[in-house]
Amino acid sequence: MAGEALHEDRETLGPDILDRHRAISTIMEELEAIDWYNQRIKASGNAELQAVLRHNRNEEKEHCSMLLEWLRRHDREFETHLRTYLFSEGPIREASAGDAIPATGGGLSIGSLKG
Amino acid sequence: MNHLFRELAPISDAGWQEIDKEATRTLKTTLAARKLVDFVGPQGWDASAVGTGRIRQVEPPPRSTVEARLRQVLPMVELRVPFEMLRSELDAIDRGAQDPDTDPVIAAARSIAIAEDRVVFHGYATAGIRGICEGSGDATVALGDDYASYPVLVATAVNRLRDAGIDGPFAVALSERCYTSLTESTQAGYPVLEHVRDLIDGPLVWAPGLDGAVVLSMRGGDFQLTVGQDFSIGYLDHDAERVRLYIEESFTFWLQTPEAAVPLAFPTTQAGS
Repeated sequence: MAGEALHEDRETLGPDILDRHRAISTIMEELEAIDWYNQRIKASGNAELQAVLRHNRNEEKEHCSMLLEWLRRHDREFETHLRTYLFSEGPIREASAGDAIPATGGGLSIGSLKG
Repeated sequence: MNHLFRELAPISDAGWQEIDKEATRTLKTTLAARKLVDFVGPQGWDASAVGTGRIRQVEPPPRSTVEARLRQVLPMVELRVPFEMLRSELDAIDRGAQDPDTDPVIAAARSIAIAEDRVVFHGYATAGIRGICEGSGDATVALGDDYASYPVLVATAVNRLRDAGIDGPFAVALSERCYTSLTESTQAGYPVLEHVRDLIDGPLVWAPGLDGAVVLSMRGGDFQLTVGQDFSIGYLDHDAERVRLYIEESFTFWLQTPEAAVPLAFPTTQAGS
């Protein structure tokens, strides 16, 4: 794992924070890869190479989406904001919490109460 | 609409908000095990079991030349507590009442929270769940009514964990009886509860679903609570005066390292406190 990026003592962080760190680090890596693929696809003059790179880039987008969903399920604040802004219409800054999809249709989102 | 059928209830958005708020507040206050154990989920209402990685031989096999093995799983347990809200109180919420009678939802939330904790701490044999306090064997420390001795008993439990090679941080969960008594008792002018707190490097938790007390490790990987559907409030039916609702969850608990906890128990004749 990207343990070298930890900013606090591993023992203090506990398993929940470490798992979120793993997910967030991986999302960052996936997004960086997408950015690199975009540039290489644009720069290449070889159509077949472009097709392979495009395929690879799109897989990274799938990976990133799955990780975002994992993060949403494990971070209540993320869930609240994602429900507010994702798939909204009109100016993004005007999307308010009142427009959000109701939280998990009746779930109280208690989750872990550690720490 | 999902299986909770909330949209069918004659309850306004403000009413639902008040019900959910009171339930959430009560659950977070009452639940103790979720403050101590590893949490997995929520995996959704359609999650049915957690695989344990273990199997058992099935006899007889479907043919004499083959071997048959059955995967061992921990099935999700569904807990549900029905309750009724007065429609007059729900109407009052819409008029801006700041003191609606939400006692039914509070009582239901407290009841289901204590039920979850009892399963996690004391097990639920009928559902195939072993609790944290059931796996200790001879390590259990005997409790009495001499509350001044509790710091020594907790220190004994911590030492037993260390002797078994279990690392901290260590936490203590106390039943209502223990917590209240330790709050009221003093030693050298200092509440005994604080003496106990000084002995551990993890949290000290009030656990109304627990009998006695338990000292346990919070290093992770020893106790796993897996939730399918986290606590949710659904609709049953209504008439002109009342709306019948329920609070529900699905979960299972996996005692992975029994020796990572040392219970402190009253003698059997005093159990249930």
